[in-house]
Amino acid sequence: MTRLSMKVNGRTVSAEAEGRTLLSAFLRQGLGLTGTHVGCDTGQCGACVVHVDGKPVKSCNVLAMDTADAEVTTIEGMANADGSLSVLQQAFQDHHGLQCGFCTPGMVMSAAALLEENPTPSEAEIRHYLEGNICRCTGYHNIVKAVMAASGQDVSQLGVAAE
Amino acid sequence: MYAFDFVKPSSIDDAVKALSAEGAQPIAGGQTLIPTLKARLNAPETLVSLTGIAELKGVCRDGDVLVIGAGTSHAAVARDAAAEFPGLAALALQIGDPAVRNRGTLGGSIANNDPAACYPAAVLATGATVVTDRREIAADDFFQGMFTTALEEGEIVTSVRFPIPEVSAYAKFAQPASRFALTGVFVAKFAEGVRVAVTGASEDGVFRWTEAEEALVRSFAPEALADLRVPDGGMINDLHGTPAYRAHLVGVMTRRAVKAAS
Repeated sequence: MTRLSMKVNGRTVSAEAEGRTLLSAFLRQGLGLTGTHVGCDTGQCGACVVHVDGKPVKSCNVLAMDTADAEVTTIEGMANADGSLSVLQQAFQDHHGLQCGFCTPGMVMSAAALLEENPTPSEAEIRHYLEGNICRCTGYHNIVKAVMAASGQDVSQLGVAAE
Repeated sequence: MYAFDFVKPSSIDDAVKALSAEGAQPIAGGQTLIPTLKARLNAPETLVSLTGIAELKGVCRDGDVLVIGAGTSHAAVARDAAAEFPGLAALALQIGDPAVRNRGTLGGSIANNDPAACYPAAVLATGATVVTDRREIAADDFFQGMFTTALEEGEIVTSVRFPIPEVSAYAKFAQPASRFALTGVFVAKFAEGVRVAVTGASEDGVFRWTEAEEALVRSFAPEALADLRVPDGGMINDLHGTPAYRAHLVGVMTRRAVKAAS
């Protein structure tokens, strides 16, 4: 065991870790930040997505030691300073972008990274970017709608033609 | 995962030194290696991370060659190679998903030589040179069959030198769950000829389709390939596709790549 430090959600934190400790396990068991979910634990489902130095990664597929001294943002770091939901999180609630909620932390972290890269993505761009985040409840339509709404685009006609 | 020690050197020299120890193995982005470790299919005593070595990262042009550091992520290649070598940038953008592309690296992909990985097709189709800590290896000599390369124990890929083609394109039929290539074809046209490399299809890993290359030299058009077929023998047979299906896809994806490139 080694003492491992990094900056998580703006605070410098440390906990014990082994060489084989995954970043997802370090966040959940080491730091008690259980908002990061582990779904498949094989790098497929995206529930564990966090940002490392500003970029989304699958935390179940990264060794914690490899992110020593990095800046990590988890879902716990996404709300506004006063604790209210961020625009993106609020949009997930307003547009029913979640049902069971298990995939939601990863969805929000990936969607936030997308909006950082591309502030007004098209529906196709959103679907393509979220390819590595699997949801088994919503059928994705309301997630896409939430991300579009959070980017300030009109979503009133989204999906109407298909219905 | 079995327990292992973890070290993270900041120079190639230190990494090579660390890798000379008994039971030491390199780890780049880890997008294949970490799942392999979880499945206990591999048990290194020490993992030597290559992610802290700045000299392994970056894309730069050297005359007619694009030099890409082995530690450059797929996302960085997709962004930084787009102007100089759009065919390669487009390939990088099709690997995995955005989060995987932020971790996975060029060097990790070709050193692993997964028979369904995307990068080996580009390296072989451009006749690239693989540069390691100790020598330069031609692409035609580097890939030696499924998960097998010319690399020696402890040898690290440091960069890949890609000759920039006049035109090129990668056409991939993605396996929808894994997003690996069920079959992927990279076509590269140079003044001196055309090279076609196929990934995802053969039990021997990436290979050149020389009959297609000869036909495309005569006429760089999808129609030039109309009568060509690769034999089914030696194609991968798994639950995603039969050898005959993959052999068929080789033709389809090659024609699509030529169309996209021309």
